This record gives sequence, structure tokens and C-alpha cells, in this order.
Amino acid sequence: MSRFPPSQHFAGRLPPDPEPGADSVSAHPRQGPDSPPSGTPRRPGEGVARGSPTISSLHIRHATVAFDGQDLFRDLSLELPAGRWTCILGPSGVGKSSLLRLIAGLIPPQGATRLDWQPLAPPRLSFLAQTDLLLPWLSALDNVLLGPRLRRVSAVEMQSERQRALALLQRLGLERSTTSLPATLSGGMRQRVALARTLLEDAPTVLMDEPFSQLDAITRHDLQALAAQLFSDRTVVLVTHDPQEALRLGHRVVVLAGRPAQVSSVLELDGAIPREIDDLASARLHAELMRSLHAAAERSA
Amino acid sequence: MKFLRPLLVASVLLALWEALVRALEIPAFILPPPSRVAVALAENAALLGRNAGITALEILLGLILGTAMGCASGLTLVRFGAARRLLLPMLIASQAVPVFALAPLLVLWLGYGLASKIAMAALVIYFPVASAFYDGLRRTEPGWLELARTMRARPLAVLLQIRLPAALPALGSGLRVAAAVAPIGAVIGEWVGASAGLGYLMTLSLARAQTDLAFAALTVLAVLGLALFYAVDLGLRRLIPWQRESVAQSD
Repeated sequence: MSRFPPSQHFAGRLPPDPEPGADSVSAHPRQGPDSPPSGTPRRPGEGVARGSPTISSLHIRHATVAFDGQDLFRDLSLELPAGRWTCILGPSGVGKSSLLRLIAGLIPPQGATRLDWQPLAPPRLSFLAQTDLLLPWLSALDNVLLGPRLRRVSAVEMQSERQRALALLQRLGLERSTTSLPATLSGGMRQRVALARTLLEDAPTVLMDEPFSQLDAITRHDLQALAAQLFSDRTVVLVTHDPQEALRLGHRVVVLAGRPAQVSSVLELDGAIPREIDDLASARLHAELMRSLHAAAERSA
Repeated sequence: MKFLRPLLVASVLLALWEALVRALEIPAFILPPPSRVAVALAENAALLGRNAGITALEILLGLILGTAMGCASGLTLVRFGAARRLLLPMLIASQAVPVFALAPLLVLWLGYGLASKIAMAALVIYFPVASAFYDGLRRTEPGWLELARTMRARPLAVLLQIRLPAALPALGSGLRVAAAVAPIGAVIGEWVGASAGLGYLMTLSLARAQTDLAFAALTVLAVLGLALFYAVDLGLRRLIPWQRESVAQSD
């Protein structure tokens, strides 16, 4: 991938952001050492309203994952601040998805790996993958209700979950597709159903594995903004290979590189998300991120 | 056009058959021409119909029994590790025994009536159904199972709501095979020992040198098999509407 002038790339042809506040957001991300002390939620009170679950932070220490005797990463340490979006960037094959699966408990911790959740351990997680993972025999509504269905909740609880699911589908503009099977929906609609399914779980921690990578540019732009708005108060880990996505959505951007993988650089960004990254400072940041990804790719090769 | 093409091919083949028998003057008790088979079909319609009903009943009940046993085995094997370790090697080894060799034993144990034929048909289809279903249950999309794990799903709910529906297309392939081979089981059972059925009618008419009647029974059997296959296929399409086909229908 070659570098391109970002100011042209975002030449204002994209539709206005669905979130009205996004325009007023300061689009001056900067690199700074002013990250908060580890383990403490940055915005106490905010987002915990409406009976929302307690938001936890995660400190990963000495993480080791090996496949077939080959270390994917060894002694990796990483902090995921509470209520913030952490974007993990890196060349393919570096182990971004494995790190996410380790956090999700889908890979058993090996060696000296420690996952320190504060203050609540381990919190409920929800997962949004690259493919929507919709069950093809269930309607959009039933797919959104998958969590309660699989947990066999009581009929009364199911009734209220159903109302929430319908409200979520309406909020995501899918009120006319509630009974449709996934095969009849477009890629963007399917990923919105998956988003609604993730939202229904109402988990304090949300893990995303390149959820927007298979969408067309406009749909991706819209869904990024929507996700940023909907998961604004959650601890989010977003694995991506797209530096623009990371700059748009991350409060903190982590670049993984090498084999076994290490954190090669961390970027702290200011301002509410989603950001519009159409100014000179962002362009410089983007270029810098591209350089660091190039270096990471060489180290991992 | 879609129906005409196979019909056209069939009539050409039948004409060829008729011409060959006449040209070479083959005796009718060795190979009757299609015209004589047609006459035998018409003359013995009632006899053929009665026996076809019995064979159809055997096939249908065998299909139901074999499918039920196959599905139960598939679910047990996937659900319980102990069952898998103990039964799976046995199940595979049991396939070394030719099922048809068991036909005389089944007649000895279950008698000359319907039961031995139903058991035979069920045995023939049991393995294809069980193995296809078990395979389908095992090959669930890993992403769905991981999603279920992050949702803290109950294991039984995962089996019934994800693994089972996901395995239906594989079970469908097993059932299509079963629908095609179930008639073989029933007919073999009738050959070994029976007092009714199309297989019985075939052995009887061959013994009496009524080869045209045997061919007529064979024709009815083929129609029965085709009807069964298409009925099962249609039922499966209704049951699994989300299964998309990547091969064009006309192929």
C-alpha cells in the first residue's frame, strides 16, 4: 500500500456523519504521555448511568501464546483502559486476533499470562467478528436474541429482551427487516444485525475483530460512527489492519510487531470519537502510523 | 423442455432395445422387448399394485426407523465423549460386515413378514444417515461456537440451537442417499424369503419364465424409488430453505 494524500482521500464526498456531535469534535489528535494511571476508569460515573454494568479495565501481563511450539507472542504486556477504545494494529499474522481470543477466554492462558481485570473480574464480554456470524436459519430478530436464547432465559425475561431487540433493530434502521433471513439482507444490514446482537448483550467489554473490513467504504464509515456512538462508554478492543480506522475510533492505538510479537508503539489520541481525520495533523499522524506499520511488517516477516 | 429431454432420451433407448431384440431374435424369456413389458404391466396392474404397496410400506417404515436410529446415534456420539470412544470404532468396524449377508439371519429371526424387510431397509440406511449426521454435527462453523461461548451459552442449547440446525444440510445428503438405497434393502429381504412384495414377485416370475412380468415389477420398483427420492428431496428443500445451491439447477 502506498501513501496517499489523506486530504484528497477525504474530499468531503462522504455523507455527513450520522452523529451530529462529530463535526464539532476537535480533530487534533496528538501523541502524548498523558495517559491516566493504569487500572482506573477515566470517566467515573459517565456511562454507568441507566443501570449499566460496571466498566472494567484490563491489564494484560506476560501474555504468552504458542501454536505448534512457535511463540506467537511472549511476555506481551498491554493495558486496556476502562471505558475507552483501544485499537490494535499490526501486519497480518502478527497475532492480533489471537490476542483478542485470549482476552475473550477462547484460548487458554499459557505460561505466566495474567489478565488483571479491575475492578470486576472477569466481566461479561461480547464479541463482534469480521464475519457477521449470523445463523442463516434465524430471522434478524431471532439472531439479535441469540444470547438470551442460548442462555435459556425465562419466558418473562425473554419478553423484555424481545422488546429491547426490537428497539435496537429500529434504532439501527432495520425495523422493516426483523423477520428477514440473513441471506436476504445486504452485507451492511447483516453487520448491523450483528451490531444489534452485540448491543443486546449489554456487556461492559466489547471485543471487535475487524468488524468493518468487509464492507464498502460508505457503509464502513457509517457503521464506524454508529459503533463509536453506541459503545461510547464501554471498554472496547478493536483489532484492525486499517490505520485510518484506528485513528478515527481509537483513544489509544497500539501497533504490534515482530515474532514473537511485541508492542512496538502506542499512540494516545485526544477527543471524542468518531473523529473526522481530514486535517494536516491527522495526515501527518496517518503517515507516521503507516511508517511504523511498514517497519512492523518488516520485523514480522 | 426440461421434462421433454429425458423423455426423448428414454424413448430412443427403448426403441433401440426393441429393435435389438427383434433383429437378433432374442427369446422373450431371456430378454423381453419393451412392448411385451408394457403389455405385462397393463395385464397385471392389480397384482403389481398390491405388491408395490407392500414393498412401499417396507421401504417407508425402514426409512423412518433407520433415520431415527441414525439421528439418535449421531447426537449421542457428538454429545457424549465416552460414547464416541466406545462406539465409534465399533460402528466403523461393523461396516466391514456386508449388510446383505445378514438378510437370511433377519428372516430367521423376524420371520417372513414385514418386520424382516423393514429391519433390512433400516440397517442398510442406518450407517449413511448416522455418519452424515455425525459429520455435520461435528463440522459446525467454529465462529458460531466461539460466539456462543462468549454468550455463556448452555451446552445443550448450543447442541439443539446451533449444531443441530447447522447439521441439517449434511443430514439431508445422508437422507438422499438413504432414500436411494432403502429400496435395495427391502428387495433383498424379499428375495431371501417373503410371500409378497415386488422382490418376491420378481423371483417368482423368473422361476416361472415370466421374464416380462419380472421386468414389469422392476419398472414399478424403479418408479417407486424415483418417487421416494424426489419426495425426500422436496421435503428437505422445504425443511432447509436457507441452504443455498452453488451448482445451477440444470446441471
